[in-house]
Amino acid sequence: MNGWIYLILIVLAALGLWLGGRKSRAVTKISLYLILLVVALAMVLPFYWMFVLSSRFTPEIYSFPPPFTFGSALSDNFAFMNANVNILRHFLNSLFVAGMNTALVLLFCSMGGYAFAIYRFPGRKALFSILLGTMMVPQLAGIVPWFFLISKLGWLNNYAALIIPGCANAFGIYWMRQYCVNNVPSSLMEAAKIDGCSEWLIFFRVIAPVLLPAFAALGIMQFVNVWNDFMIPMLVLRENDLFTLPLMLSYMRGDPSRGANVGALMLASALSVLPLLVAFLCASKFFMSGLTAGAVKE
Amino acid sequence: MTGKVQTRKMLWREIRSNRVAYVYIAPFFILFAIFGLFPILSGLYISFFRWDGVGAMKWKGIDNYARLFTDPMFLLSMKNTLIIGVIAHIPILFGGLILAYILNGKFVKLQNVFKTVYFLPMVTSAVAVTIVFQVLFGYNFGLINYFLSLLGLTPINWLGGAGEYVKAAIIIMFSWKWIGWNMVIYLAGMQGISEDIYEAATIDGASAPQTFFRITLPLLKPIILFTLIQSTIGTVNLFTEPYVLTNSLTGGTNNMGLTMMMYLLNKAPKGNNIYGLASAAAYVITVLVILISLLFQRLLGDRDLTKEVRSR
Repeated sequence: MNGWIYLILIVLAALGLWLGGRKSRAVTKISLYLILLVVALAMVLPFYWMFVLSSRFTPEIYSFPPPFTFGSALSDNFAFMNANVNILRHFLNSLFVAGMNTALVLLFCSMGGYAFAIYRFPGRKALFSILLGTMMVPQLAGIVPWFFLISKLGWLNNYAALIIPGCANAFGIYWMRQYCVNNVPSSLMEAAKIDGCSEWLIFFRVIAPVLLPAFAALGIMQFVNVWNDFMIPMLVLRENDLFTLPLMLSYMRGDPSRGANVGALMLASALSVLPLLVAFLCASKFFMSGLTAGAVKE
Repeated sequence: MTGKVQTRKMLWREIRSNRVAYVYIAPFFILFAIFGLFPILSGLYISFFRWDGVGAMKWKGIDNYARLFTDPMFLLSMKNTLIIGVIAHIPILFGGLILAYILNGKFVKLQNVFKTVYFLPMVTSAVAVTIVFQVLFGYNFGLINYFLSLLGLTPINWLGGAGEYVKAAIIIMFSWKWIGWNMVIYLAGMQGISEDIYEAATIDGASAPQTFFRITLPLLKPIILFTLIQSTIGTVNLFTEPYVLTNSLTGGTNNMGLTMMMYLLNKAPKGNNIYGLASAAAYVITVLVILISLLFQRLLGDRDLTKEVRSR
């Protein structure tokens, strides 16, 4: 019990020192860093342990105290995992679904956002208001008929169900419009028009390059969300071969013989999060601005 | 008469000359009509019927809604979701604010490293994370109970027993996931507050807590409102974590981890084929989200105040 009390006391003392007066600067600084560090450790620990357990035999994992350093079972776990699930196949499934959806989202949302930003067509204001209004409608209300519609379309066990319905979303269009309004100078279009470019050519040759930063942010948000999604793929995909990575993990974990090998399960989990984890660590600034794009205005 | 024809002709010409724009925005409106509007409207319709998805639909009026509110399982799922949501918001709201405030301090080095680390859970799949937490929460060999034993505490049977601690486990996972997201957004908001305001406050002799509660918090109100609505939607949609953690659609032992989303999908289409009841549940959940969002808006939404402070 004492440990907790000490910990809480330290935190409270630090906060108190900091908020009241800042008399003892060194102590305050150290305690604030301590808070930051403890939280940071709590964030990293599950990932670290996941990698540690990937390299451990099951009896080692079920021992006390739990293993905290890397072991020697990595290749055994890998062999077991490979014998039970075709992780490369599921990786490619995830890549295909998330990649196709993201590509379509970028295309349709930039087209829509560009149209709302640049063209002065009749009904523009009304249509844009409708678009904004759709963002307020929670899609959850229609989840049951949505599923029924998908099955009527013959899209069960079909990636179309994961790629098509969400590929032109209101938020993306809204966001792209804001970006166009602020970053596409009308002189750019006029110059292109004088040069005799067609509308399509203007969009792809002249406008799209200007939108690249917006593509990056929106693309990351979309890709991460689709890559990690579980609920919708779970409803739509029933065939093991088609499973995306999260479905594969859930399947592996729910199966008594496959799930019993904790090390292999951890290895599969680690491999499924690794691509995004590495990408995130390489370009964390991009990711954070992309994923919080709706919240923080530039 | 001729004037009207004239304007109609003009309008038509304008539409024709801008036809590219309509082509550009068409995909959204077509897809929304099919996959958004149609399901939402037919969901309301279906919720008044008894329907197994195959046979004839039988008009039931508000029976499905009445059944929901007398079904102890639905009430339990509502209670569970509410408990998880309310308790988890304490760390993610106040913890997020405190972390952002510390990181916003001038003395903190490696600000970006901390931000990145706190944000990690947001880019990882909920299933993978839950599988890891399942081992972390192990009774005899889990790391969390090991740390508890180091602190001299008795180990907690997180996932077993009568299910008393399943909600605690879900709350811990939920907070772990969302605190960084909130923190990054709060931090961005804090960095958007002009230095001049703080300087003026310091000159006026304001203490650190005064500046925090009188300046930072009020200015962050719209941003806090946004995160609250987002995490409320996150709470009500809570499905993957409890589903994988309890390895069931019914929330494990004594249904202690049953959330509203699990209840809904268990009625249809995942577990059973009780489409009418599931649709009614979807509508109840949706109305709940809207009501909570409106409540937050009421409590925090006085934008005029923030504008006034900002313009100073």
